[in-house]
Amino acid sequence: MATLSGAGSIFEVAEAENEAVPSYSTGSPRRRRRIRWWRLVVLLLAGAYFLIPIYAGIKFSLQNVEGHFSFQAYRALPSAPGFTGALTLSLELAVATMVVSTLLMVPTAIYVHIRLPQLRRVLDVVTVMPIVIPPIVLIVGVLGAFPEWARASPYLLSFMYVILAMPFVYRSLDAGLGAIDLKTLTEASRSLGGNWIKTLWRVILPNIRPALLSATVLTLALVFGEYTMASLDLWTTIPVWIVQFSISSDGPVQVAASMLGLVGTWILLIAVVSLDRSQSRRSHRKLGA
Amino acid sequence: MSSSEVAASDASTSVLGSGAATLNNNSRLRRVLRRSEPTFAIAPFLIYAFLGLGIPSLAVVYQAFHAQTGGWTLYNIRLVTHGVFLVGFENSIKLGLISSIVPGILGVFLAYAIQTSHSNVLRRLTSTASGVLANFGGINLTFMFIATLGSTGILTYWLHDIGINLANFGFNLFTFSGVLFVYMYFQLPLMVLVITPALGGLRPSWREAAENMGASSWSYWRHVGIPVLMPSILGGMLLLFGSAFAAYATAESLTLGLVALSPIQIGNFLNGNVIAGETHVGYAIAFGMLIILTVTMVLYSLVRKRASKWLR
Repeated sequence: MATLSGAGSIFEVAEAENEAVPSYSTGSPRRRRRIRWWRLVVLLLAGAYFLIPIYAGIKFSLQNVEGHFSFQAYRALPSAPGFTGALTLSLELAVATMVVSTLLMVPTAIYVHIRLPQLRRVLDVVTVMPIVIPPIVLIVGVLGAFPEWARASPYLLSFMYVILAMPFVYRSLDAGLGAIDLKTLTEASRSLGGNWIKTLWRVILPNIRPALLSATVLTLALVFGEYTMASLDLWTTIPVWIVQFSISSDGPVQVAASMLGLVGTWILLIAVVSLDRSQSRRSHRKLGA
Repeated sequence: MSSSEVAASDASTSVLGSGAATLNNNSRLRRVLRRSEPTFAIAPFLIYAFLGLGIPSLAVVYQAFHAQTGGWTLYNIRLVTHGVFLVGFENSIKLGLISSIVPGILGVFLAYAIQTSHSNVLRRLTSTASGVLANFGGINLTFMFIATLGSTGILTYWLHDIGINLANFGFNLFTFSGVLFVYMYFQLPLMVLVITPALGGLRPSWREAAENMGASSWSYWRHVGIPVLMPSILGGMLLLFGSAFAAYATAESLTLGLVALSPIQIGNFLNGNVIAGETHVGYAIAFGMLIILTVTMVLYSLVRKRASKWLR
């Protein structure tokens, strides 16, 4: 195409842009406006449905006993009976889950992408199982089958949380690995004399960092939100504590804990994603691309 | 990896690499190692998945057919296929179906609206929110909706101010309709997560081709868009079915365990809310759920096979 006239090359660029950004609005301006109007209604309705309950929760947690605005609930949270113990347990479980999940899923996902692409469908099906098999069935089976020493440890929960996180972790990694040219990268690294560990550590992992980070944050969200398994395994993690505390004393304190968890995770995830975007953009600029 | 592929990659290494001589020295050992490498590499994952998914499922099946005193029995199975437990299955399937079809369809519209908005900020906000909200549920969700739609909730007040009383429409947060409405809060994000890649697979060139041949927007969707997306939409809905069917924490905290749903019934047996010594009935209910979900999974993999044909 480079040998063609100037007009031809402009056409080429225009078409390339069309390919890169899926464009759905090639029709007349009138239809375009109609689609936009329709889209606005859908987005507004969804926004209302998702944001009003969050607003209601936050508003409720910011009320004192007389119904006035106050940070009382958030101030009372750290000293609420049992809160620190539950928080410590949840944090320990979260760290264990994230470490095991990363060590297990990252090498597997990378290996399957490079060497065994035909196994991707098998992995797709296996990693979707934890959404389909109810956590309650899994924990019932675990409590019925696992030996005494395993059931006595809270880390049994971490063991199962790795399973529960699989659908989100694997999908995130799968998308991240699919977005980079893994084959070229590894071949380049290998031909420059890098061994597998070096390739993994210095080439692949930095390239899938956004996927890795969002998988980690989603795991964190899962551990801090999981109630079924923890309550049936009789461990007081944060969600279980919130339920117990709400039975013993009602008030906005447990709502404050819930809202902190939800909004905190969301902000953390947005921060991770946008931080990484801006960083990769900067490195692109440095390369002059 | 087949042996011919191994040989080919060996050959390419010896051509490209500097170590042709060293390769010959221990090439047989290497070949053995190479051939077993895939097995070793994938083994930890498969073992973990078997321990965490396979063993518990097998244990549920085993215990469902055993009496508390040991020994095989069909008593538990016979018990859970009658009476209140059968109603529990029916309610769970009904809830699963409705809360997979409704959020399934709405989720497609929402994902399409987000995708065609061309706003990176919006896309980033919604994709992160989908991930967080799809994992959200249980008591936290219940609190939020009580603060929104409970008798003193803010939306109840707002609607009251403009003269709408939700109770007149038969809506009550703590019954079936309420559970359905609340489930959408994690079902819709899950659908958006699942369907977005499929929407990305709709090529603009298909639309242009359809338009060049004089197709209207409606006939494009009728003859191209919807048929291409259909397997993915159905696959997503089956996932939503599994997720709604399985949800325990939300239903339990919202209805205080009073609506007959299979997961709540299992929880009751395990918590000892029912006569002690009948935990195996709980296993039998779990077994019933596994059967229903196996059927769901088989459907899902069939549908997925069709979906991947188009979206490559």
